[in-house]
Amino acid sequence: MGDRRSRILGPGSGARSIAIAVASSVFVVAALAVAVATSPGWPRVKEAFFDPDRFTGSFPDIAHAFLLNVRIFLIAEAVILVTALIVAVLRSLPGPVFFPLRALAVGYADLFRGVPTILVIYLLGFGVPTLAISGLPRSELFWGTVGLVLVYTAYVSEVYRAGIESVHPSQEAAARSLGLSRFKALRFVVLPQAVRRVIPPLLNDFIGLQKDTALVALLGPVEAFRQSQIEVAASFNFTPYLATALLFVLLTIPLARLTDWLVARDRRRGR
Amino acid sequence: MRKLLLLLLLAAVAALAVVAAGCGGGGEEEASTGPTAQTPGVDECAKENLETRTPGILTIGTDNPAYPPWFEIPKQASEPWELGDPTTGEGFESAVAYAIAEEMGYTRDEVEWVVVPFAQSFRPGVKDFDFDINQISYSDERAQAVDFSDSYYDVNQALVALDGNAVTGATSLAELKGAKLGAPVGTTSYQYIVDNIQPDDQPSVYDTLNDALTALKAKQIDGVVVDLPTAFFVTAAQIENSTIVGQFPAAGEQEYFALVFEKGNPARLCVNAAIARLKESGRLAEIQQEWLSDNASAPVLE
Repeated sequence: MGDRRSRILGPGSGARSIAIAVASSVFVVAALAVAVATSPGWPRVKEAFFDPDRFTGSFPDIAHAFLLNVRIFLIAEAVILVTALIVAVLRSLPGPVFFPLRALAVGYADLFRGVPTILVIYLLGFGVPTLAISGLPRSELFWGTVGLVLVYTAYVSEVYRAGIESVHPSQEAAARSLGLSRFKALRFVVLPQAVRRVIPPLLNDFIGLQKDTALVALLGPVEAFRQSQIEVAASFNFTPYLATALLFVLLTIPLARLTDWLVARDRRRGR
Repeated sequence: MRKLLLLLLLAAVAALAVVAAGCGGGGEEEASTGPTAQTPGVDECAKENLETRTPGILTIGTDNPAYPPWFEIPKQASEPWELGDPTTGEGFESAVAYAIAEEMGYTRDEVEWVVVPFAQSFRPGVKDFDFDINQISYSDERAQAVDFSDSYYDVNQALVALDGNAVTGATSLAELKGAKLGAPVGTTSYQYIVDNIQPDDQPSVYDTLNDALTALKAKQIDGVVVDLPTAFFVTAAQIENSTIVGQFPAAGEQEYFALVFEKGNPARLCVNAAIARLKESGRLAEIQQEWLSDNASAPVLE
């Protein structure tokens, strides 16, 4: 705990440094607020972006639509954790026999990290249903989520791979010399160490994913961003965007703090 | 130690007080903005007395790409227009804009067009245009953010579907309850679905009309709700084997398209006077007849 606080407040602790931190924070916020509030356009911006009645009026509908974002990322995150691990393991397979699998995994990660997420979602969401292949779902929600899974699996697989490569080769050698098969060495020795090391960057990618769920709106589903867009267009007032931003922040903050905590715990263990 | 703490707290309180003062100042300023409305005499609407963005020039905004029947597509659109070209005077809104300009004393050369995406037309602050003409419907809520002209077109919403879809047989709103409907975002079309059709399924919403039509073609939705003139264009030129299921009766007050002005722009009253003259002389009706299909040819869904 002392470790964590000192990183936010700076070195030294006690009432004095807390007081200094509070005062200087208030000063910085006040200076910013004065700069904004005295700008010539402020009255108009206040009216257009900070209308309390519109905020409370639009918040329930947006919060309801936000449940769709939550559903999308919960499903996508669960799938990505598995698929990304598979891709990473494929890419880490040794020996010439597995070259095609490795090449496939590399090509996949390159392609889907390279193509903008918005394009992947457009192409899948409008393209595949237009093919009219029987048996394939038409649901725009399905294809939007598939698009997110494809893109973020590519990112997360790279995170996993970095973790796998960070485990010293002697670990695997030792496991093999104990008689573990290659698979068992991977499963019981390499991966547990690898995954623990990459949890922070992994959660970081998930924060990105949570925000990108808004892109599924392109295909038709009304999620939080779309709902706020609807309300903005109906009233020509931008305050509903603020409500949506707040919801996304409220969602990511716990995850960000969890990441911080995990990093801190890992550091303590490493010492 | 105590003393220092107290000092710092005092500093913090002082800083907060400054913020509060700053906010208060902003509020007062707000109240003083916006000129008082006055019925202008003949002189105030004279070209030389109008404070347009560029003196002597009427700057009109619309979105790009612009679509028929509002803006017709010429063989070669001038830069920066992608499809419909407002500078041609062809198409309903282009013709209306030039007619208003003419009525106010501007020649064709004294009219300039700028690209104004829909969302830009109502963002706060100084506008790049004198007025914006972009099939924007009036509403009391919207009128709090911008000023609107009087109606230049009374509009009804309509339903477009692919031939063979079950909804094509519908003759009433009630029969559409089970349909999966879609509309472009930010439109009164979407609002009409939610407020009046109230389907069981959440309607789908798209960034653009084209996206909505793509989803219609991919059979992800049963029908798209758009304004009636657009529906005529969609079924005639954009999607084969599509049909106008019908037009919807106006719910409550008649919906109408209006020009958008920056809040407090006094030119609005002069433009309104011009629209009134165009209505009186029958010129507006002529333009409507020339560019828009006969609304009566689409059945009404009661």
